[in-house]
Amino acid sequence: MEINKEDKKNIINKISEVLITMASKPSGFIGLAILIFHVILAISSPWFVPYDYKAINPSLMLQAPSADFWFGTDSLGRDVFTRTALGGRTALVVTFFGSLIALLWGGLLGIFCGLVGGKIDDVVMRIVDAFLSIPWILAMLLIVSLLGTTTEVLIPALGFFYGKGIVRVARAATHDVIAKDYILSAKARGHNNLSIIWNEILPNVRDAILVEGAMRWSWMLLGFSSLSFLGFGVSPPTPDWGLMISNARGLMSFAWWAVIAPIVGLSSLIIGINLTADAFAKALGIDRSTKAPV
Amino acid sequence: MLFLICKRIGLGLITLFIVSLITFIGVEVLPGDACTAYLEREAFGAQLEACIKRLGLDIPSYERYISWAYNAIQGNFGYSLSGQMPITEVLGPRVKNSLILASAAIIIGIPTALILGIITALWRDKFPDIIISTIAIFSMTIPEFISATLLILVVAIWLEWLPGIVIVSTDATFLELLPNIILPVIAIAMIMTAHMARMVRSSVIQVMASDYVQMAILKGVPYWKMVFKHVLPNALLPAINVVALTIAWLLGGVVVTEVVFNYPGLGRLVIESISNRDLPVVQALAIILASIYVSINLIADLMTLMLNPRLKSMQIRK
Repeated sequence: MEINKEDKKNIINKISEVLITMASKPSGFIGLAILIFHVILAISSPWFVPYDYKAINPSLMLQAPSADFWFGTDSLGRDVFTRTALGGRTALVVTFFGSLIALLWGGLLGIFCGLVGGKIDDVVMRIVDAFLSIPWILAMLLIVSLLGTTTEVLIPALGFFYGKGIVRVARAATHDVIAKDYILSAKARGHNNLSIIWNEILPNVRDAILVEGAMRWSWMLLGFSSLSFLGFGVSPPTPDWGLMISNARGLMSFAWWAVIAPIVGLSSLIIGINLTADAFAKALGIDRSTKAPV
Repeated sequence: MLFLICKRIGLGLITLFIVSLITFIGVEVLPGDACTAYLEREAFGAQLEACIKRLGLDIPSYERYISWAYNAIQGNFGYSLSGQMPITEVLGPRVKNSLILASAAIIIGIPTALILGIITALWRDKFPDIIISTIAIFSMTIPEFISATLLILVVAIWLEWLPGIVIVSTDATFLELLPNIILPVIAIAMIMTAHMARMVRSSVIQVMASDYVQMAILKGVPYWKMVFKHVLPNALLPAINVVALTIAWLLGGVVVTEVVFNYPGLGRLVIESISNRDLPVVQALAIILASIYVSINLIADLMTLMLNPRLKSMQIRK
């Protein structure tokens, strides 16, 4: 299973093949469509929003949706459409890079543990288990209340906390691979560990790790917006769906539109990512339905 | 068998020990300590020194860890900063309230999940499955605070059926909690049920496709007898572990749900103590929540061991 030059050319083919398989089922197609819509929205929204997202206007407080304000205004007179359109930008960037970090460190540590085994493996897995048993919300709250809530803190913190589950998956996948003949033959040929990891193990555990990473993306988005909702995420006046829902919640008996718009935005993005990740797993032939969300 | 049980318990204890180390070191490396947090702007000179003496912060940290751990094992977590009360007294009613919430959600959630999971598996890809699975995916993926907010908006504000926000004191009795608790329980049970129903579904589908079930069908075993006698026992066994992990994972979601409904449980205490920088309470909470997680997993492991004849005999042969 060594990756040679021809295989590398085929990677692009493989990616397009996987994408076509994903889009051929209705749930995968809907997921991909929602995800692409949100990415385009996040990139283009600064150019088309009608108002300034932080312009406070007391005379326009809590206006119902109208021709001027499509989704109404919030308790500070800010345009809800503008803020909803901009509200996914921070979330998308933070969680995307957070998932990449989780994927990298979780995957590498997992492969290493699976390969080395023995005492080192035992110790590392104990520590990972211990981290797993601290509820993510407590750990995240502690980190952000100490280090602040800038993106430079949130990305590595989320990446670290959502990567520990990937360690287990990568380790288990490596265990499945390691007893196979081609690893033994690579060892017999005198390859060192690094070359075995890169050429033999990685191509075989890559799919499992990528699927975990995709799933983590949607959970991380959930975690990120929960933090914002609790007041420990991005700071105002940055438009963010979690924060908008939390601010508008107290007044939702008068102004339901200020709650509904960010709810629709956030829910559709999470559902889109989730459907995409599910379709991705199915296209690669990995069954995740019997796994716990850890 | 006994050896295996002891080993599992031992591993759980090691995990708890590492958690306590992590939280202790975490709190230790933070800028500031209990005294600067408590005295705030008056944290200098004689007052600061007296406080440090009183709380014993001048002792080397490893000695403090040992004495803290020693006391914590006996159920004594020291004093909270904000209220100056023993932490056990702060925690007591909160633990009770959260337990009421969680057990109500579990009592409703597990049977519903079993029934829905079995229905969706037996009528796979038919009308009931498509409807139930779609709803399940929605309630699984949408964040807890969104489903809770929508519940309040629809049931409490638009329909005015139930109170939307819990306004009771921390030490309210069960009857005082009752009308208030319905919506939070529904919010938590909904997510839990969706996760578990999905696992039961795929587990049942797997067993239905196995050789021995196909054999039973060929032998002419009546359909429902086969489902209850052959399929369910084998399908539910692997689900136990996953269900336990899911319940433990949902602890985080319970925190958010409690905040949305203003419910006086452990979850709101997490947020309050972190906002107030009440580090001793945070430490105690981390240990307690981790113990809940570890024991749920332990119980699930032991149940799987007890119920699985294959694992039992494998252990004996070893």
